[in-house]
Amino acid sequence: MRKILFWISASALLIISQVATAETVKIGFVTTLTGGAGAIGNDMRDAVELALDHLGRKMAGSDVKMFYEDDTFKPDVGKQKTDKLVKKNKVHFVSGYIWSHVLMASRNSVVGKGPFMISSNAGPGPVAGKLCHEDFFSTSWQNDQTTMAMGEVLNQLGIKTLYIMAPNYAAGKNMVAGVTRTFKGNIVGKDMTKFPAQIDFSAELAKIRSAKPDAVFVFYPGKHGLQIIKQYAQAGLQGKIPFYSAFTVDSLNLPRLKGLAEGSLMTQFWAPDMDNAVNKRFVADYRKMTGRYPTFYAAQSYDTIMLINSAVEAVNGDLSNKAAMRTAMRKANFPSVRGPFKYGNNHFPIQNFYLRKVIKDSEGNFTTSIVKTVYTNHQDTYAKNCKMSW
Amino acid sequence: MNWILLLEQIMNGLQLGVLLFLLAAGLTLIFGIMDLINLAHGSLYMLGAYLAATFTNWTESFFVGLLLTLPACMVLGMLLEIIAIRNIYTRSHLDQVLATFGLILFFNEFVRLLWGPIGLDIQLPEILNGSVELIFGIRYPAFRLAIIAAGIIVAILLYLLVSHTKLGMLIRAGASNRQMISALGVNINLLYTIVFGLGAALAGLAGLMAAPIMTVEIGMGEEILILTLVVIVIGGVGSIRGAFLAALLVGFIDTVGRSFLPDILGFFVTNDVADTAAPAISSMLTYVLMALILAIRPQGLFPPKGV
Repeated sequence: MRKILFWISASALLIISQVATAETVKIGFVTTLTGGAGAIGNDMRDAVELALDHLGRKMAGSDVKMFYEDDTFKPDVGKQKTDKLVKKNKVHFVSGYIWSHVLMASRNSVVGKGPFMISSNAGPGPVAGKLCHEDFFSTSWQNDQTTMAMGEVLNQLGIKTLYIMAPNYAAGKNMVAGVTRTFKGNIVGKDMTKFPAQIDFSAELAKIRSAKPDAVFVFYPGKHGLQIIKQYAQAGLQGKIPFYSAFTVDSLNLPRLKGLAEGSLMTQFWAPDMDNAVNKRFVADYRKMTGRYPTFYAAQSYDTIMLINSAVEAVNGDLSNKAAMRTAMRKANFPSVRGPFKYGNNHFPIQNFYLRKVIKDSEGNFTTSIVKTVYTNHQDTYAKNCKMSW
Repeated sequence: MNWILLLEQIMNGLQLGVLLFLLAAGLTLIFGIMDLINLAHGSLYMLGAYLAATFTNWTESFFVGLLLTLPACMVLGMLLEIIAIRNIYTRSHLDQVLATFGLILFFNEFVRLLWGPIGLDIQLPEILNGSVELIFGIRYPAFRLAIIAAGIIVAILLYLLVSHTKLGMLIRAGASNRQMISALGVNINLLYTIVFGLGAALAGLAGLMAAPIMTVEIGMGEEILILTLVVIVIGGVGSIRGAFLAALLVGFIDTVGRSFLPDILGFFVTNDVADTAAPAISSMLTYVLMALILAIRPQGLFPPKGV
C-alpha cells in the first residue's frame, strides 16, 4: 500500500514538474469578428490557425493557447478586451489589431505591463515614432509607407492633379500624409469622411466629377472599399478618371466586386503571387483550407505567429526570459511570406513595396499580381523620432 | 461656386432625404399611433435589404426581387407585431426600448445564422447601373435617380392613403387620440397590426433601395436608425408630413454640410484645421438642428393635429 502511495505521489510530482517547465504559450489576438468588418477578422483567424497547423500546434515543444477577442470595430471595446487578456488571461503576447484607433486605445494596456504587443495590421505614426517601445513589434508596415509608394507611382505615371479621399481617423490621416509627402503634383481636392459611419459617398463623388483631376487616390479599408468602388462606377467615373488605392481592394471584396476592380492599381508590401517558398506554401494551404485567396491581413497574421514562434524557440520555451525573446524578434529570423526582411530601430519592418494590379487567374478568380517594385528596403519616416536603439 | 456641383449636391441631398423619409414614415406612424418606441425598425430595414438581395439573386431580376420583397417585409412585420410587439404596448417606454433592443440583437444573430457573417451584394440591371445625363449637362447615377422617383411616388401614395381613405382616417384618428377611437368600436388590434406591417414594408423598401449603394450587412440598420429618430423628432412625432419635410431637411443639411463645409471653414482657419474639423462639424450639424428644435419647438416642426 505504501509502495503504491509512493508511486502515485511520485508520478503526480513528475506531472506537476513537467507542467512547470513546459508552460503553455498564451497568445491574445484582438480583431474584429462581428459586423461588416467581421470578415477581415475571420480571415486573420484562419491565417493564425494555418500558421499553428504549420508549426504542429506547438512552439519549442510547448502547447499554444489562442485567445481570440472581438473588438467590434470600437476602440473602447478593443481596450476592454486587451485589459482582459493582460489581467485575467495573463497572456504572453497580445497581437492582432486591424484598426489604428483601436491599437492606439489599447497600447497602454499592454506595453510595460508584461506581455509583448504585436500589431498584425495597424501601423499608426505615433507607435512607430515617439511612442515606440521595446515590447512593441509590427509584422505589417507603418501606415504612411504604402501610400508614399503610391505617390511615387503617380509621379512616374505623370499624374499632375490628384483628388484624395480617405476616412477621418488615425490611419486615414497617416495614409493621406504619406501620399502627400511623395506626390509632386497638385492636390486639387481632399475629402476626409466620417468613419466608420459614412458609407454613402455621393457628395464627395460629385465634387470629384466637378474638379476633373488626372487621377483619384483613395484609402478605404474593408467594406468601405467595396462601397467606394461600386459607387465610383455607378457615378460613371470609372474609366473616365483613373482610380488608385491602398488597402481598399482586398481578397475579401474582390469576388464581390466581380469585374469592377479589374486592372485597378494599388501599392502593397506583399501579394499572393510573391515568388518564395514560404509564401507559396502559405497561399496554397490557405486556399485549400478556406477556398479563398488570402488577404494581406491574413499574410501579416501568419507572420505574427511565426515571429512569436521564433521568440519562443530562441528561449526554448522559457517565457520568463523576455530580454532574450526581444533580441530574437529583433533579428526577424523567421520564414516570412514577404521573404527575408530586417527590423528598424522602432520594430517596424524595413521592407519592399510593390505596385500590384487586379487580374483574373487561370480559374477565373480575381486576384492581385505584382507589376513592379516601387521601394526597396524602405524604412518609415517616423523611425527617426524613435529614441530606441539596439 | 460651381452651379452644376451645387445642383448635383441638391440631388444627393434629396436622395438621402427620401431614403430617410421611407424609414421615418413607418417609425413615426408606429410611434405616433401605438405609442411604441421601436428600435427594431432598423432591423426591418436590414431584413428588407437581405431579402431583396436574396430574391434578386434567385430570380436574377431586380424588379421581381422588388415585387417579392415588399409583401415579404409586410408579412414579416405583421408576424412580428402579433408574436412580440403586441405584448409590450402597455409597458413603459423604457421597457419597450429594452425589448426592441433585444429584437435588434435577435435579428442580427438570426441574419448571421441564415446568411453568414459576410454581407450580400445586389446586381443592378444594366438600365439602373450607370449614370444618366440630366439638364444642364449634369450626370447623375441612374439608380439614385430611381430612388428619388420611388421616394416621391411613395410619399404621394402615403398622402392619398392617409388623407383620402377610411384606413387613413383611422390612422389619423389613432395618432390624435387613441383612447377615443378604441372607445368608438374600432378594432384597434387589427389597426395596429396593419400599421406595423405598413411600417415594415416601408422600412423594407428603404433597405431594398439602400442595398445596391451601401453594403448589405449585419448591423446596417442601427447606423441609419439614429438619423431616422432625429428626423421624426424634428418633424414631430406621428406626423407623416413632418417626417417628409424633416427628412428632406436632414438630407440637405447632411449632404451640403459634407460637401461645402471644408471650403467654407477654409476661409476662416488654416486648411489643416479645416480638414480635421469639417467632417466632425458636418456630422454634428443634424444633431445641432435637432437640439435647436427641441429647445424652441419641442413638439417638432409639424406635429399631428390634436396633440
